[in-house]
Amino acid sequence: MSLEKNTQAVGWTRDQMAERAALDIPDGSYVNLGIGIPEKVARYVPQGREFIYHTENGLLGMGPTPEVGEEDADLINAGKKPVTAIAGAAYFHHADSFAMIRGQHIDVCVLGAMQVAQNGDLANWSTGAPDAIPAVGGAMDLVAGVKTIFVITQHTTKNGIAKLIEACSYPLTGQGVVSRIYTDLCVIEVTSKGFELVELAPNVAFDTVQERTDAKLLDPNNIAEQS
Amino acid sequence: MINKFSTTAADAVADIFDGATVMIGGFGEAGSPIELIHALIDHGAKNLTVVNNNTGSGHVGLAALIENGQVGKMICSFPRTANSTVFPDLYRAGKIELELVPQGTLAERIRAGGAGIPAFFTATSVGTPLADGKEHRNFDERDYVMELSLTADFALIKAKEADRYGNLTYNKTARNFAPIMAMAAKTTIVQTSHCVEAGDIDPETVATPGIFVDRIIHVENPLQESRLNAQGRTYP
Repeated sequence: MSLEKNTQAVGWTRDQMAERAALDIPDGSYVNLGIGIPEKVARYVPQGREFIYHTENGLLGMGPTPEVGEEDADLINAGKKPVTAIAGAAYFHHADSFAMIRGQHIDVCVLGAMQVAQNGDLANWSTGAPDAIPAVGGAMDLVAGVKTIFVITQHTTKNGIAKLIEACSYPLTGQGVVSRIYTDLCVIEVTSKGFELVELAPNVAFDTVQERTDAKLLDPNNIAEQS
Repeated sequence: MINKFSTTAADAVADIFDGATVMIGGFGEAGSPIELIHALIDHGAKNLTVVNNNTGSGHVGLAALIENGQVGKMICSFPRTANSTVFPDLYRAGKIELELVPQGTLAERIRAGGAGIPAFFTATSVGTPLADGKEHRNFDERDYVMELSLTADFALIKAKEADRYGNLTYNKTARNFAPIMAMAAKTTIVQTSHCVEAGDIDPETVATPGIFVDRIIHVENPLQESRLNAQGRTYP
């Protein structure tokens, strides 16, 4: 196990990013998880805490993926994948579901991102390319209505292009909405001053993160020196 | 005597006219009233404006209605599906119109339509291209955009149980848009797998009160979109 870890690239795996984000979700939170890496957060609920998962297609108290053969086409999540309902779950229609979101009843939403700007602007629904089919789903409602927005994303694109930047070039999902960012390299808090380093992944240097971020990375708590 | 049970799907959709706005329930295949959609394909009404969260998958149900050239405009939040090229191909060819609406705004526009509210303000989409050209107002130091309500000539929805008064229950997350679409349409047409006696549904558990329902057809074992797609089926 430890050998395997040592041969891996620097920084956190997708599962470790999800595990790190889960640590910051308070006990008793109502949580909405976006599609992709955010879905993994449900596997890493810290011991002694209980989260209630909301899926915007009408279920509060979403449980894990069913066993093979136990899937129900009428019981799915926002990604249209089969899920289960926990004991104590509730079903409701779409307007009630989005009242939970838009009425600020959901505590935390964890989303993926194409770009996050240093002022908390998020772009995660469209590259604005002329031949793309625009599709927004519930992303704009979530960022406008949920109290705390966490983003989990690789620090850069597959081609090494920065995703954490001074200003988004893609069409926005929402303005100034992101609170925290969990990447493979670090945890960043979005503040009124910009990106502030909260934690570095093991064996990741501050300079590496700054190099891969197209905005000033602040370190008021001297995290770089402590790690 | 009030009796909203219709004999066939064909009868139930017979008065859907060319140019009608039709709300179709479902989130993906969950709650999609596939037998009613297929009856609408057989019926052939054209130039429809369809309101649904998505644009269907494969070549059955909503995707087949679009592929059959009956839909002039889609109002939806997420028109892409992994296994459907029907809408994207027509959209890129400029042969179908799209009104893209954030999912919660779509739900609230439908709810408002059913409740007689012509417009409302929401923070959703402020500062994004989807708010361009819309009226904005500031309440308590936050910006909001005005959204107009949505109503329809017809709604096609799927229920779990229905009685002759039109009282409905749903199955799990297949409920999604159905209750609000039933409210927002002039004529609401329901397919249900269980026709029950009045009184069989506990009044405490009625999800859609019968006042919002006009016609009901019985489809005991509805087709399942994903199964049809796995078999490579098409409609008609």
